[in-house]
Amino acid sequence: MQTVYTDFLVVGAGLAGERAAVEAAEAGFSVVCLSLVPARRSHSSAAQGGMQASLGNSVMGEGDCPDVHFADTVKGSDWGCDQEVARLFADTAPIEMRRLAHWGVPWNRVVPGKSIYYKGGKQYEKVEAEEKEGLIMARSFGGTAKWRTCYTSDGTGHAVMCTMDNRCAEKGVEVHDKTEAIALLQDGETCFGVVARCLRTGELRVYLSKATMIAAGGFGRIYPNTTNAVICDGGAHTMCVGTGVVPMGNMEAVQFHPTGIVPTDILVTEGCRGDGGTLLDVDEKRFMHIYEPEKAELASRDVVSRWMTHHMREGHGVKSPYGEHLWLDIRHLGAEHITGKLREVYEICTSFLGVDPIHQLIPVRPTHHYSMGGVRTNKDGAAYGLKGLFAAGEAACWDMHGFNRLGGNSLAETVVAGGIIGRKVAEYLEGCETEFKTGLINDEVGRQQARIEALISGANGSENVYKVRAAMQEALHKGANIFRTQEGLEKCVAELQEALIRAKKVGLRSNGKGVNPELAAALKLEGQVKLALMIAYGALMRTESRGSHNREDFPARNDRDWLTRTLAYWKKPEDTLPTLEYEPATTVVEIPPGDRGYGHSQIISADDKKE
Amino acid sequence: MSRLLKLNIFRYNPEDELSMPHMQEFVLEETDSMTLFIALNRIREEQDPSLQFDFCCRAGICGSCGMVINGRPGLACHTKTRDLPGEITLLPLPVFKLVGDLSVDTGTWFREMYTKTESWIHTNKIFDPTALEERMDNKDAVAIYELERCVECGCCIAACGTARLREDFLGAAALNRVARFLIDPRDERTDRDYYEIIGNDMGIFGCMGLLACEDVCPKHLPLQNQLGFLRRKMGITSIKRLFRK
Ligand SMILES: Cc1cc2nc3c(=O)[nH]c(=O)nc-3n(C[C@H](O)[C@H](O)[C@H](O)COP(=O)(O)OP(=O)(O)OC[C@H]3O[C@@H](n4cnc5c(N)ncnc54)[C@H](O)[C@@H]3O)c2cc1C
Ligand code: SF4
Ligand code: SF4
Ligand code: FES
Repeated sequence: MQTVYTDFLVVGAGLAGERAAVEAAEAGFSVVCLSLVPARRSHSSAAQGGMQASLGNSVMGEGDCPDVHFADTVKGSDWGCDQEVARLFADTAPIEMRRLAHWGVPWNRVVPGKSIYYKGGKQYEKVEAEEKEGLIMARSFGGTAKWRTCYTSDGTGHAVMCTMDNRCAEKGVEVHDKTEAIALLQDGETCFGVVARCLRTGELRVYLSKATMIAAGGFGRIYPNTTNAVICDGGAHTMCVGTGVVPMGNMEAVQFHPTGIVPTDILVTEGCRGDGGTLLDVDEKRFMHIYEPEKAELASRDVVSRWMTHHMREGHGVKSPYGEHLWLDIRHLGAEHITGKLREVYEICTSFLGVDPIHQLIPVRPTHHYSMGGVRTNKDGAAYGLKGLFAAGEAACWDMHGFNRLGGNSLAETVVAGGIIGRKVAEYLEGCETEFKTGLINDEVGRQQARIEALISGANGSENVYKVRAAMQEALHKGANIFRTQEGLEKCVAELQEALIRAKKVGLRSNGKGVNPELAAALKLEGQVKLALMIAYGALMRTESRGSHNREDFPARNDRDWLTRTLAYWKKPEDTLPTLEYEPATTVVEIPPGDRGYGHSQIISADDKKE
Repeated sequence: MSRLLKLNIFRYNPEDELSMPHMQEFVLEETDSMTLFIALNRIREEQDPSLQFDFCCRAGICGSCGMVINGRPGLACHTKTRDLPGEITLLPLPVFKLVGDLSVDTGTWFREMYTKTESWIHTNKIFDPTALEERMDNKDAVAIYELERCVECGCCIAACGTARLREDFLGAAALNRVARFLIDPRDERTDRDYYEIIGNDMGIFGCMGLLACEDVCPKHLPLQNQLGFLRRKMGITSIKRLFRK
């Protein structure tokens, strides 16, 4: 078996992973990134809208600064975030955007003079300042006080990913693509690499490292309808859950995006609303301003998704063979804007829907989009539970997003966190000596080989991997969606527990030779069901509504009892439920909990605490 | 009544000693808004779980799903079955190394390309985290992004006669990459530096100019213009070099 040694192993070659890799490589360490696909195909490249940083160059961003960005982020999180981390993030984001410009990102730049823009379907005029000419431009996004979202047309993720991957190539960071990490090498105290499966040959390979980072992105594919790529399946999270000692943070915090297209759930960017697009109902009437007079379409995603669902429940949805939906209207933005700044949207509509958004309405509905939860880390990105294990990006619960993340804050997080945590990893590596315990490595490889053989021979049973996966997805969809109730969640947990039993009895129908996609799916299924249970059980226990977590039977945000972060462990493999523990959401409080200024405002104050 | 689609799919698993390259037929009922992404996944889940193919974003933005669809390289997620006849033939992209069935190794090919073209900004300036960003004309930014939109799907390489004949031919995607850096004011390389990379038969002078590449590019990159632009630029550079000698 092939063994690869490196100082720093990064599971994931998206923006977060590659940014951290660059930082460690520049400090002189050897770095290998693993990825299921060539780095540039990582989901980071699908982000269209942009990245938030308070540069304040645009006239509509005047007066912006890290303090305002920080406040927006904390409000956006519905006070569920770690404020120390949010502060670190807001302060660093402008530097990182400028650094990206230096590395080659073709940010759209300020063009001085008069131009028009739209808000709530109405036309306005703005004048960009002469002295800002050529600086990085920004656009508007939901939940932000200022225009703060830096962008390159609507291919921001793609452009930044290209630049980052170029930088990796320049700095000698190795990317082993078509490689899937399937288990952590660890002794319950320290992590020293992974066992991976080569997706060119199907062979197992060992990677030994002094520091290991999980930067594997989100895990939306455990839901049936999601904007996420098919590789966002939580495989790397399942490795951490499998250790029993690494907790997942806030798994019940799941974001739904207002504008997935119907029926394929491909995302059209929030930039559509940011640039002035409106939401219409079956009568082609606007409705968001009725519910949110102040922010209307530009309230945060959790709020807009909820009102959309509410409006459809009230009977204003458009009926279709794929269920009800609403309309997104960008026609008034005009052909030039739509085929220029929103070109990807134009292409998605024409290629996947056969709809021409210059003249026609786009069918949309809220759909699963982002996982605020993930591998819980401290502010240095070090995972709880294992030394030498780090996490960054969407895979992590570093926790600047709390219970809802703002558009444009995730892509910015990948590079900001990647940079900060990459430096922390380099510091860790400076003083690090590791012994690789060969016995442990052999045991783990043996265990993985045995799992594979059992799946191929059907030793544990003959459940169909795709059917069990569908059962898991359906249970989450029904029970742990935008609106949640005790009854629905209890049913969801019970169905997932049933799926867990079935997942342990999966047997392959194909021969399992070589790359074999059925085997890849089967290897992670049991872990995926455990992740799903962490979501559903965490949501059942959290008897309040906060950000994206919305309990109809507990509509108030309850700061008295729930200003906490959930930590979910799977302590023993044979457990049938996760073990939940709680910690304070934040230990540093710059902004005490208050009204967000949009969304519901029922709050049970922390001051109500009985002594 | 919806159509029954007949899909003829190339099958070969190099890791299975019993596997021989062959075409296999699958029959599938067409549904509303069906794309090849939906069709292939259904075949895998319902008929043959060993079928290998690559999809990632399923939204036409990552470039994973390049394959030869009824004789023409294209993105499978982007392809609606209703635009195809009832009989569909799917083959893996040529030029790239076969992984199995419809899956090929584009990653290794493109990674080598980055090294050959030194696909990064060459500059002696050092980043100063305390300074304002360096200014850039928005027109330049837009022009660079226009070329950076390549998703590395490999369709242009697979369609290129020269690339099929000579393994060391850089191909349209690589030449487009060079053009991207050439027009970037931040990159301090000179025409002569670029000439070292592409001023030969592996580069711009190997191109026959038949433009199959631009025809198949799913992102509609202006490959033809870039090839012309580079050919003129490198032609001039080569004349200058002659005179200098
Ligand atoms: C359609 C869409 C649009 C978006 N638009 C925006 C936007 O405009 N602004 C914004 O701020 N955010 C946006 N987001 C969110 C943002 O894009 C993501 O949260 C972010 O890109 C995640 O980056 P990452 O580096 O953490 O992970 P990713 O970019 O997802 O990378 C994950 C990496 O991990 C690898 N990997 C996964 N599992 C394994 C394994 N087991 N072994 C080895 N490798 C593995 C993958 O191959 C990949 O390289 C969008 C998200 C979606 C879905
Ligand atoms: S024009 Fe040149 S690069 Fe394009 S297909 Fe023809 S030979 Fe290849
Ligand atoms: S230039 Fe076009 S066809 Fe070629 S790899 Fe890029 S996107 Fe694909
Ligand atoms: S799957 Fe991403 S382009 Fe087809």
